[in-house]
Amino acid sequence: MNQRHLQKKVVAGIVAVTVVIGLYVLNRHRAISPSLVVTSTEHPLAPDFSLSGLDGHTLNLSDYRGKVVLLDFWATWCEPCREETPHFVELQNKYQDQGFQIIGVSMDDGPEPVRDFYQQFKMNYPVVMGSAKTGELYGGVLGLPIAFLIGRDGRIYFKHIGAIDISSLDREINVQLQVQ
Amino acid sequence: MNLSTKFVQLPLILGTVGIALASAVLAYQASLIPVSHLINPDDLVKILQSSKGEKPLMIQVGSHVLYAQAHIPGSEYIGPASSASGIQQLRKRVEPLPRNKFIVIYCGCCPWSHCPNIKPADDALRAMGFSNVRVLYISDNFGANWVDKGYPTARGE
Repeated sequence: MNQRHLQKKVVAGIVAVTVVIGLYVLNRHRAISPSLVVTSTEHPLAPDFSLSGLDGHTLNLSDYRGKVVLLDFWATWCEPCREETPHFVELQNKYQDQGFQIIGVSMDDGPEPVRDFYQQFKMNYPVVMGSAKTGELYGGVLGLPIAFLIGRDGRIYFKHIGAIDISSLDREINVQLQVQ
Repeated sequence: MNLSTKFVQLPLILGTVGIALASAVLAYQASLIPVSHLINPDDLVKILQSSKGEKPLMIQVGSHVLYAQAHIPGSEYIGPASSASGIQQLRKRVEPLPRNKFIVIYCGCCPWSHCPNIKPADDALRAMGFSNVRVLYISDNFGANWVDKGYPTARGE
């Protein structure tokens, strides 16, 4: 086999890999395309809750009034949720000094897999264990992920159903952080 | 390019292709369920509301937190079929049933192509010999494709 022939084969291999990965990414994007729903022009107050965190401490949503909060309903078995987590870790790092806080509400049936996941993904924001009651407080969390962006005034400004487009979310967070 | 370089590059390329394909297959588990196994929500509602015909045993194979918020009336919670315990519970529940029993399984935790539970459940039932199993096709999630459509819904344990 001469060198030119081998180069052709290598190029063909790279093209094949690129096509496969491209189709995969394209399909994934299509399957989990985000939907962005403005909740209402009135921006209802985010229902308060007190839930146990993974560390055993109770977290009250109302304690975060004055911050911009991303309330993320997720689960360890939810693949789009898993994909979002590293981006959320980045966003928490990026905006935490400006008063941004992510709160994860796990809809797993128990805390054990959540603890493992928390360590594995090096999560840097609090995670509490949600329940059916918590889901109902927020109008029913009947599919994951679902996230709510809450302004400094404690009102819900956006509800994201399905995987979030991170660049859109980044813009929304910026808008809310400008509001004092 | 010498011979040793060739032997290093080819496995790398093949390995990358293999990983990409494996990832794609894993991510699209539910999409691999044959269309002939599926039933649409409106067709299931017609069956449930009809005074004629056999009513299916309906089993939710997803999260309990989601089931407690909303489920199809009369359906049973078994546990997430993506876990070994969930599959074990499913097998235990259906073991005594005749293999031609009409069974409908559903989840609705996630968009269809990302549901980790529904294909393992379908596979397990068919491996046990059940021939009349239908998988409820929920494209987005149970809230959007069942509750919001106004179909019969129950809450609680």
